[in-house]
Amino acid sequence: MENIIQIKNLTFDYIRESDEGSETIHAIRDVSLDIPEGSFTAIIGRNGSGKSTLAKNLNGLLLPTGGKILVNGWDTADEAHIWDVRQTAGMVFQNPDNQLVASIVEDDVAFGPENLGVPPKEIRERVDEVLKSVDMYPFRTKSPHLLSGGQKQRVAIAGVLAMEPRCIIFDEPTAMLDPQGRQEVMRIIRRLHEEGKTVILITHFMDEAAQADRIVIMDDGRVIADGTPGEIFADEETLRRIRLDVPLAVDMAHRLREYGIPVPADIITQEKLVEYICQYK
Amino acid sequence: MLRDITLGQYYPGSSPIHRLDPRVKIIATLLFIVELFIVNNFIGFAICAAAMAICVIVSKVPLSFIMRGLKPIIIILLFTFLLNIFMVDGKVIWTLGPLEVTKEGLITAIFMAIRLILLIIGSSLLTLTTTPIRLTDGIERLLSPFERFGLPAHDIAMMMSIALRFIPTLLEEADKIMKAQQARGADFESGNIMRRAKSLIPILIPLFVSAFRIAQDLAMAMESRCYRGGKGRTRLHEMRFHRKDVISMIVLFVFLAGIIVERMLVESDI
Ligand SMILES: Nc1ncnc2c1ncn2[C@@H]1O[C@H](COP(=O)(O)OP(=O)(O)OP(=O)(O)O)[C@@H](O)[C@H]1O
Ligand SMILES: [Mg+2]
Repeated sequence: MENIIQIKNLTFDYIRESDEGSETIHAIRDVSLDIPEGSFTAIIGRNGSGKSTLAKNLNGLLLPTGGKILVNGWDTADEAHIWDVRQTAGMVFQNPDNQLVASIVEDDVAFGPENLGVPPKEIRERVDEVLKSVDMYPFRTKSPHLLSGGQKQRVAIAGVLAMEPRCIIFDEPTAMLDPQGRQEVMRIIRRLHEEGKTVILITHFMDEAAQADRIVIMDDGRVIADGTPGEIFADEETLRRIRLDVPLAVDMAHRLREYGIPVPADIITQEKLVEYICQYK
Repeated sequence: MLRDITLGQYYPGSSPIHRLDPRVKIIATLLFIVELFIVNNFIGFAICAAAMAICVIVSKVPLSFIMRGLKPIIIILLFTFLLNIFMVDGKVIWTLGPLEVTKEGLITAIFMAIRLILLIIGSSLLTLTTTPIRLTDGIERLLSPFERFGLPAHDIAMMMSIALRFIPTLLEEADKIMKAQQARGADFESGNIMRRAKSLIPILIPLFVSAFRIAQDLAMAMESRCYRGGKGRTRLHEMRFHRKDVISMIVLFVFLAGIIVERMLVESDI
């Protein structure tokens, strides 16, 4: 499979100006990653480990201090292709309120295609289609501030989908949602992956990360682990060292094994564990 | 308490008024305001009020909704009414201590009140029947001829639509901050005006900080969705003059002419 995103020795520094002069913060120190087209990658790591900074670099919102990023072959630092980069790799942010631009749902979804200069008739088709795909079509003429958090976030996803990106980067999309909103959003993310979109999901929730087919752990601006969820969660020592919990299902499976029940190592989600236990004789 | 503000609210519908081109509605509202100041007799006002009533009925916006828009300006209305009643010189018809009510004052006061009420109803009808995006799109298109002289029409329209979008968000934020400060014992309801004004500072400062954070987030989100100003932008809702819009424009200007003629024919009441 081809790599839609290639990160080559990326470093990124923030310069923070204060009264005592300027201070350099090394938010990303030498990260190299390849993201194959159609994959579903979760990025986890504690606060301040550089996840959001990485995400903003992928989309050209921040430009690398060192190294480079290629999105579909375009260098994000190449001004001639910046709009191609942003159209190819869409981004959904954490706060659903602060990323909706218009006062009516369908106008907001239309914002991206409008910026791309898509003809009006096609914008209409795209808007209707993506609103249906996130189950928000009945709300198309409503005002966003009357919607629940989960619904707003789905509108934000629709707004990105309307630009027809091949890759979508989610930066903690469920962090401000209630459990029901989280489930709605995760269901959409899984569906997008099944439909062939490349998904990068930054999250603090291990049960969400477990649904990806690859997990990358970041700490202090570096990638310290990279593997399938099974491999990552088997390495409890690393997780504990950077104070990340294993998902409940993994913990359960681990304890069941201690009681002599041979739970296979690839059982990491709750559904799979439930299924296994129900069939266990 | 902050939720009562209904500035720029839209009442969804599909009446002929809703479906008119926003440019026609903006021009109609401006002309109507001009007409309210051309009129100088009660017959003229009756004609304007009748025209307004027809528009309200056609728009199918409930009267209660329109009246709600008048609520916040009741104080201004009363204030101008009283000012006019007591301040205009003329034939005294009533004395109240040192204050004198004159016939001319009373008529001017009634005039101003009718003018203000019709003005508010007229402009509320515009925002009630036009979505904010259509409204700002209309303003952008009307201002675009002035772009040649350096007027940033697109930027003005974008700023207005973002302001309209974020009014509810900022009100919610203010509500949240107020509750947080109240939980720490802040008191916004007692004391004299100076004390109350002072107690607003702990709300305004965090609100400013929030507003900046929101602006930063929003700028990021807009950039990541390929926003690059007005150049090369297309629109979901195309703006095109249809026959109904042309007919409406003709009606509007005929009405304007009618109001001017009426002023010349009928004797002034002021
Ligand atoms: N605009 C900025 N200016 C200066 N420093 C910043 C800025 N944004 C982030 N940083 C710093 O860069 C480092 C990485 O931050 P980043 O937001 O990428 O972390 P994160 O992994 O997304 O954390 P979280 O889990 O809290 O979202 C942190 O030390 C942070 O303080
Ligand atoms: Mg972050």
